[in-house]
Amino acid sequence: MSDNGAPLAADICVRHGNRPDTLIEILHELQDAIGYVPKETLPVIAEALNLSRAEVYGVLSFYHDFHTAPKGKHTIALCRAEACQSVGCEALARHAEQKLGVKFGETTADGAFTLKPVYCLGNCALAPAMMLDGRLYGRLDADKFDAAVKKAETQ
Amino acid sequence: MSRPVTVYVPQDASALSVGADEVAAAIAAEARKREAAVRIIRNGTRGMLWLEPLVEVQTDKGRVAYGPVEANDVAGLFEAGFLQGNDHGLGHGLTGDIPYFANQERLTFARCGLADPLDLQAYEDNGGLAGLRAALEMDPAAIVEAVTESGLRGRGGAGFPTGIKWKTALAAEADQKYICCNADEGDSGTFADRILMEGDPFTLIEGMVIAGLAVGATEGYIYLRSEYPHAIAAMKAAIGIWNEANLLPAGKGFNLCLRKGAGAYICGEESSMLDSLEGKRGVVRAKPPIPAIEGLFGKPTVVNNVISLATVPVILAKGANYYKNFGMGRSRGTLAFQLAGNVARGGLIEKAFGVTLRALVEEYGGGTLSGRPIRAMQIGGPLGSYVPAAQLDLPMDYEAFAEAGAMVGHGGIVVFDDSVDMAGQARFAMAFCAIESCGKCTPCRVGAVRGTEVIDKIIAGQNVAENVTLLEDLCEVMVDGSLCAMGGLTPMPVLSALRHFPEDFDRPPKRPAAE
Ligand SMILES: Cc1cc2nc3c(=O)[nH]c(=O)nc-3n(C[C@H](O)[C@H](O)[C@H](O)COP(=O)(O)O)c2cc1C
Ligand code: SF4
Ligand code: FES
Repeated sequence: MSDNGAPLAADICVRHGNRPDTLIEILHELQDAIGYVPKETLPVIAEALNLSRAEVYGVLSFYHDFHTAPKGKHTIALCRAEACQSVGCEALARHAEQKLGVKFGETTADGAFTLKPVYCLGNCALAPAMMLDGRLYGRLDADKFDAAVKKAETQ
Repeated sequence: MSRPVTVYVPQDASALSVGADEVAAAIAAEARKREAAVRIIRNGTRGMLWLEPLVEVQTDKGRVAYGPVEANDVAGLFEAGFLQGNDHGLGHGLTGDIPYFANQERLTFARCGLADPLDLQAYEDNGGLAGLRAALEMDPAAIVEAVTESGLRGRGGAGFPTGIKWKTALAAEADQKYICCNADEGDSGTFADRILMEGDPFTLIEGMVIAGLAVGATEGYIYLRSEYPHAIAAMKAAIGIWNEANLLPAGKGFNLCLRKGAGAYICGEESSMLDSLEGKRGVVRAKPPIPAIEGLFGKPTVVNNVISLATVPVILAKGANYYKNFGMGRSRGTLAFQLAGNVARGGLIEKAFGVTLRALVEEYGGGTLSGRPIRAMQIGGPLGSYVPAAQLDLPMDYEAFAEAGAMVGHGGIVVFDDSVDMAGQARFAMAFCAIESCGKCTPCRVGAVRGTEVIDKIIAGQNVAENVTLLEDLCEVMVDGSLCAMGGLTPMPVLSALRHFPEDFDRPPKRPAAE
């Protein structure tokens, strides 16, 4: 992004009527469009919504969903909450780290995958669960994990 | 071609997670190949998640169920004549006769899974809109009275009487009031909100509109967690269809807005949710004022859970007495229990209060998935207690659970077998609180970090007795000094694990691990 997303950010703010209560919606839209929320967009958003930069940054940093640096092409959110723990998601978490060669919160060197933890995907009756780019998986095991990764790689 | 056979394949997220789309595609392809006339309807789930993808075929005798179906079972199903409802290894007979389903009391979830969730005509044919029509004939105060009389208590966890909350909001004078639906459903082991929003979204909208009529609110918000993209899509589509249909008489408009969360568990706490709806950091507000008096944008606001609101239509349609006659003690009506984790038959079971934990976990659930003995169940989400197998005969009732040092909460039951390490579970409870604390008060923000460290020492076998005492003291500080239930209830899973499973906290000192 040569322009750092600032014009797009201004545009999204206008579409939301520059309403400060829509800040989270605005950040979601921006991140959906360019994959992250560039720091350079903060002053633009702050000005449009008539907020201080500190307020905008405060919101951005409070929520786990938002990040200010690019992530991998694919995001794997592996559930590590209690229902998934009860059927071995921690072993699966170690498998995922090994398979991808990263720790949770990191992105693979080739930029293909970001691995992150999530605390419940609402699929607790068919645990363990994960979400790969918006696709939900249930009754996950190491083989299914590998197959899902492979499928994403070839897309 | 002959009249097409209707085949139902759920589009619920859980069903999709185990291949429902692939199954639907395989059925369509096989039907084409065989020149069989088939109409596929993507319904919500019937709640029997362990059978997903659960395919149903409409026959003269009723809907016949097959599941769990995989894409490569489809040719065989056709071969066996499943379009006529014939037997097959995956067959379960009529859906309505499956004991798991037949023995439920489906009030809130009466329609879930019956039809295409976005088919408003089917919604009405199956009893939808009756509650709204009744409410439109009533005074606001009479609606509030009916909800009070029904005994409905908040299903989001705290169990506060819904009618009393509404009464406060009705009495508050303001130029604008709001109905806010809490669809943050962050608790592990819960998915009732999700299933309802994906499977019968109009019921939630109808409940919110009735709430608006009751307290005089013309605007509503649904705060829906970002981890639920399927529910978000379903609710958005449903709101659009509802608005098009123009169901309210002139002068009784209700403007509904959906807001997506951003991955913060604390935003399920109602005042934090309100701040988040205002576009701010989700920091908990001090009470008073309560939201019913000063809520969203400082205006009187009813905050209710998805299931609380979605239960309002049936109360108005069938009367407060009908609803009240289910249940036990001060827990009236039904709860959508959610069986999750290490359980053979996980899913959603709507039953009247008073059903025992054993009936749910053993009769419905069939025990553990692993086949090993049940050791513990965490009930009511990550802030809920661990209940040992010895207490399986507890009835599901707010008061009975409170007496046993546990909580019913949102009705999620997570089953663990005997391989669980309860010290590890206690540690996770503290670590989760540290991750998700909003940071406003010290007992929670700092206490949870310290708590995690202390449990680490206990697990390592360092000065166990001393550290257990320290942990208990720390929990006391968190219970007494936290502003909200995040810090205030985290000691529940920790102390219940310690109390019921002390052997897991008493290990010989570990030598440094040789990794
Ligand atoms: C940390 C925390 C998380 C909560 N999460 C939720 C939630 O995800 N959904 C919900 O309905 N209530 C949640 N609650 C309870 C709400 O604060 C509130 O009591 C509820 O939304 C009121 O609606 P009800 O009376 O219909 O249950 C949470 C409370 C706390 C302290
Ligand atoms: S108890 Fe925790 S989550 Fe609740 S207000 Fe205090 S710091 Fe925030
Ligand atoms: S705990 Fe993993 S999906 Fe709910």
